[in-house]
Amino acid sequence: MSSPAVSATHGALDGVSHGGDAHHHDDGSKTLLGFWIYLMSDCLIFSGLFATFAVLANATAGGPTGKELFELPYVLGETMLLLISSVTFGMAMLAMHAGKKNQLLAWLAVTFVFGAGFIGMEVHEFAKLIADGAGPSRSAFLSSYFTLVGTHGLHVTCGLIWLVVMMDQMRRYGLTDATRRRLSCLSLFWHFLDIVWICVFTFVYLRGAI
Amino acid sequence: MSAHPSSHDAAHHDAAHGSTKSYLIGFVLSVVLTLASFGVVMSGKVPHELMMPGIIVFGVAQLIVQLVYFLHMGTSPSQRGNLAIMLFTLLILAIVVVGSLWVLHNMNVNMMHPTSQMVPVE
Repeated sequence: MSSPAVSATHGALDGVSHGGDAHHHDDGSKTLLGFWIYLMSDCLIFSGLFATFAVLANATAGGPTGKELFELPYVLGETMLLLISSVTFGMAMLAMHAGKKNQLLAWLAVTFVFGAGFIGMEVHEFAKLIADGAGPSRSAFLSSYFTLVGTHGLHVTCGLIWLVVMMDQMRRYGLTDATRRRLSCLSLFWHFLDIVWICVFTFVYLRGAI
Repeated sequence: MSAHPSSHDAAHHDAAHGSTKSYLIGFVLSVVLTLASFGVVMSGKVPHELMMPGIIVFGVAQLIVQLVYFLHMGTSPSQRGNLAIMLFTLLILAIVVVGSLWVLHNMNVNMMHPTSQMVPVE
């Protein structure tokens, strides 16, 4: 019963002592590779949701279609917020590699503001759709729309929470190997979400409006 | 490989982390491609049959731009593993998405009258 727990603890301790011994070689590249594999599996979740949406895009059950519902200028605004947050995160990573902690915290705060702006716009959009009687229960098209776009929104929300946690860790512990590694993972996550959003605005909003 | 750790690190640093310039190039290209995508649909000047190919071309171009400039994908030795994993994922993704659309399109064609889907069932 207890053997997995014991070996897990041993593994963790081993990892710590190893990191201390071979300080220079533990650049977190294995963690990043593992995180990349996680992101690719996340990509498969999204591909399933995209396939579902594509199949159900015309199943409006007599309800409103994408063409009637989607406001493209609004979506363009959301896209720009996410894009700007992506490049400000890039600036944060450059500050991290340069060892400039205050600059790093400032860029992370800017990234948070733009990310939160994106989520705010999306929540407002969803609330408006539901208030107009176009909620997820209206048709299969809207169910798949809310699931796909909502899953992306949940990912961004998790990214925002992670961002706050990382800002706090950077403030408390400074630029250590561990905090650098964690922030590098978050950077991959954040850019990955921007990439998923390109697919969302192309295949959900623009295709729906044609 | 570890004979010249400092020069190796410098090369690794540049390839794996980008620079202010590379992020700005990526950002400008992304903005231009985003505006092009929305422009194709919103301007009303593009022929209807060219809209779908247009947004797909601009969308794929932006995916590549962001992968290269923001996620630093490339063929450098440090990135080759990530690239191989991504290409494999794309293969699975294509099978899932294209397969679903193909199978369900066939089912729709063979099992239902095309218009019966649009009429609400009373």
